[in-house]
Amino acid sequence: MAGATIRPVLSLRRIPLVALALASLVLVTTALVFVFYVAPNDANQGFSQRIFYFHVSIAFTAYACFVCGAWNAFRHLWKRDPRADLESYVCVHQGTIFGAMVLLTGSIWAKISWGHWWVWSEDELVLFLILYLFYCAYFMLRFSLDPGPQRANLSAVYALFGVVLIPVSFAAIRLAKEFLHPRVFTLSGPRFGGWILVTYCVAQSAMLVLAYTLYRIEIAGKRLDLRLRELRDVMA
Amino acid sequence: MTTSEKYVTAAYVVVFAIVLVYVLLIALKVGRLDREVSELEHRVETAGESAEREPAAVG
Repeated sequence: MAGATIRPVLSLRRIPLVALALASLVLVTTALVFVFYVAPNDANQGFSQRIFYFHVSIAFTAYACFVCGAWNAFRHLWKRDPRADLESYVCVHQGTIFGAMVLLTGSIWAKISWGHWWVWSEDELVLFLILYLFYCAYFMLRFSLDPGPQRANLSAVYALFGVVLIPVSFAAIRLAKEFLHPRVFTLSGPRFGGWILVTYCVAQSAMLVLAYTLYRIEIAGKRLDLRLRELRDVMA
Repeated sequence: MTTSEKYVTAAYVVVFAIVLVYVLLIALKVGRLDREVSELEHRVETAGESAEREPAAVG
């Protein structure tokens, strides 16, 4: 039919928050069961490899949050969508929280595997830290400016710049000649299969759904806060 | 419990703790917003009552 627009059958925004919260709970619990009771011990690292399932899933979720933040920033700059600035901010906030979890779980894993909490000679670790600090500085920039179009525009430009660091961080390990950090994802696919792959997929889904649920909760709170402030201004 | 098991447990506890702290902060914020809504409702009700009691102009 000419001129007809294609509407998505299932819009993520329409999923009720309670359903999302329940899905997160079920998925995280299932992922934990798979991690501790189903996945086999790794031949080289043994039990400690079980950190991998959440560490890598959380890392990819953090990247996804930063990419979403950049996409919303782009929407703000391009279409001037009034919702985009707030959505970009919340995505970056989620990414920073998940980024902190990546650094902490990675540090614990490094202590078991390498005997050190942090190895400065590892490009991937340092680049991820730079990426994380870059996004921490996003909040310093945002809250140093008064609310308004200037703050929204500068924050959007900053979030767009940050997304460039993601492929750099991801490619660093593949470019490094000497490395300690394991390479599990190659151009020919993941270097694992069977229950390890299944467990990883469950953990990845759990983290993505959890991040989206937390995003929806935070954005609902922020919007309510904004509406209340406007109401207060009207009543004053 | 081996050292390896302790570290793995610590990693998962860290993730759980961060998510828990985040949810708690959100819950505190929702509580604050709820109080603000109640306060605004009270102010609207008070404003409505005083408007009803205002004496009408006679003559």
